[in-house]
Amino acid sequence: MTEYTERLLTETPRKDAADRFRLVWLVVIPLVAVLSQVYVPRFVPFLAYLELPLLITVHFALTSGGPIPALFYGMSIGLVQDSLSHQPIGMYGIVKTLVGYFAASVSMRFDVQNPVVTFILAFFFYFFHQFFYWVLSRALLGEALGFDAQQTVIFGLLNAAVALPLFRLLDKLKVAS
Amino acid sequence: MDFFLSRYRHLTVLLIVITAQLLLIAYQVKTNKDIPLIRVWAVTAVTPVEQGLELVRRYTWGFVEDYFVLLNVRGQNEKLRRENGQLKIDNNYLRSELSTADRARALSVFEARSPSKTVAARVIGNGTGANSKVVFVDRGSTSGVESGMAVVTPDGIVGKVVDAYPTASLVMLITDPTFAAGVVSQKNRVHGTLKGQGHAECLVDYVQNEEHVDIGEWFYTSGDDRIFPKGFPVGQVTAAPNGKSFKEIYVSPSGMQGGVEEVLIVLQGVHQEVPGGEISSPAYTILAAPTEATAQTPEGAPQPGALATDADRLRAIYKDVGVEQKHTYGEGVPGSKPPDFTKIPSIHGVPAPNTAGQAQPAGQTKPGQSQAGQAPVGLSQPGQNQPAPAKTVAPKTATPVVTKPKPPAAGDDTDDEPVAGSTPVPRKPAPPAAVRPNVPAPVPDNNQ
Repeated sequence: MTEYTERLLTETPRKDAADRFRLVWLVVIPLVAVLSQVYVPRFVPFLAYLELPLLITVHFALTSGGPIPALFYGMSIGLVQDSLSHQPIGMYGIVKTLVGYFAASVSMRFDVQNPVVTFILAFFFYFFHQFFYWVLSRALLGEALGFDAQQTVIFGLLNAAVALPLFRLLDKLKVAS
Repeated sequence: MDFFLSRYRHLTVLLIVITAQLLLIAYQVKTNKDIPLIRVWAVTAVTPVEQGLELVRRYTWGFVEDYFVLLNVRGQNEKLRRENGQLKIDNNYLRSELSTADRARALSVFEARSPSKTVAARVIGNGTGANSKVVFVDRGSTSGVESGMAVVTPDGIVGKVVDAYPTASLVMLITDPTFAAGVVSQKNRVHGTLKGQGHAECLVDYVQNEEHVDIGEWFYTSGDDRIFPKGFPVGQVTAAPNGKSFKEIYVSPSGMQGGVEEVLIVLQGVHQEVPGGEISSPAYTILAAPTEATAQTPEGAPQPGALATDADRLRAIYKDVGVEQKHTYGEGVPGSKPPDFTKIPSIHGVPAPNTAGQAQPAGQTKPGQSQAGQAPVGLSQPGQNQPAPAKTVAPKTATPVVTKPKPPAAGDDTDDEPVAGSTPVPRKPAPPAAVRPNVPAPVPDNNQ
């Protein structure tokens, strides 16, 4: 194991209290993310692929320092998304709860400030989010939805690419607060 | 248990949260009910912000967008204006094509229904000369066109052919100053000579001041000129003041309204009645001049004073047939064999009726094609001005009767132009009309 990989696995992620968001940002940022998801595609349709609430959840989970706040945060964002959708409430809630939980768990092991790790995690959790939502839709609602893995991979890469500057921006907000 | 919860606290919370949401979904799916509270909260939280965003967008980006849209509108306006102009040009072209098609169809209908034999032609150019009103048409001598032929349209006469070349003909329009044609008015049957004036209107000359001609009255060709068949419309009177010695009757030619593009050249004209006359035309009850054949009465034939009419001559023919075939008229029972009228001897200056193309058997002559007072028995139409006694046969002598089995003229479309009395018109300077009686209708013996 090289020094780099050892540091990736053992270095403690951001857990300083000073680095944490203020409560207002915890509310405003996901709200903006949800709004952007329902509002922006009206005018820029190709941005519909952007899953900003998921990226916000992942970022919060990676920086929250514990799985429990992360899973509740993910659950809250997911439930808001559900509220603005035509699906039963809880679908996005479950998926984002799992994403928050696992992202927070992963953040204990990796150096999430590394861009490569951030990119991979963002891509992985996007794929996981989409796939698990598809599974739940088939299993719980009986919907015969198709799952386009190739498209999901591409969209995952795009979301991961967006995640890099977005996470940096959120980190700055966090520092500023 | 406590150990488990403390050891797997995170996992336990996760399971609880997931289970709670699963139950929530299960409840919604099972009861088909929604959780309005959560949705109301979410929507209430999101939509005001959304409205605010929309308001901001409308007054910022929307304004900018409208500005650029308006910039584009100017360009689009120019583009649409150009397209509109092009479409107008296309529209005019298509209208012109449609109008041409309509005229061609009208011409075709007229050609089919006219008893005269005609050929359609298209004006392809104007003749030279400042005052001359002549045009070239695309039919020439190869199409059977000859000099002196009448040129008409369904609306009226147009002119006459003055020169026929192999592939084209030169047509003098009726507005040409040197043009002249015999015309007759519809209502008062006033005869005159139509003359071109070099402009849009024509003059009807040689009408006495005492004659009465109404404004708006129609003039038709009279057939006197032996070029235009009788009965073709010429035009309406626009003015008819008295002149020094003759009336100055101005006629607006109906055949040239809207220009002349497609015309019909009358290869073989057939006279028609002038429609709607209140006074019967005496001009066409006059018999044609006798030919030499009729002038040289054979020996033994009744004297001209005795055979003053065609009926008398035909009666003499039948009498001779009866003598030759030893048949006494008025004898025999109904159904007995009549004399063979196909073996009429050429006597009394009358050729044998079986001469090809010279006559039609009785009963086959087109109704209304014999002139007034000349129709044989059984051919007269109700309303014609001659009585048709059942036992007499009145052969026609006034004009040649090479009747053409054609439908009535296009002018009959309005039902105001009966074709009774149609006769072919000799185009060239008129040879005297041959006295050639119609085929006499055989009269059954029992009717004698």
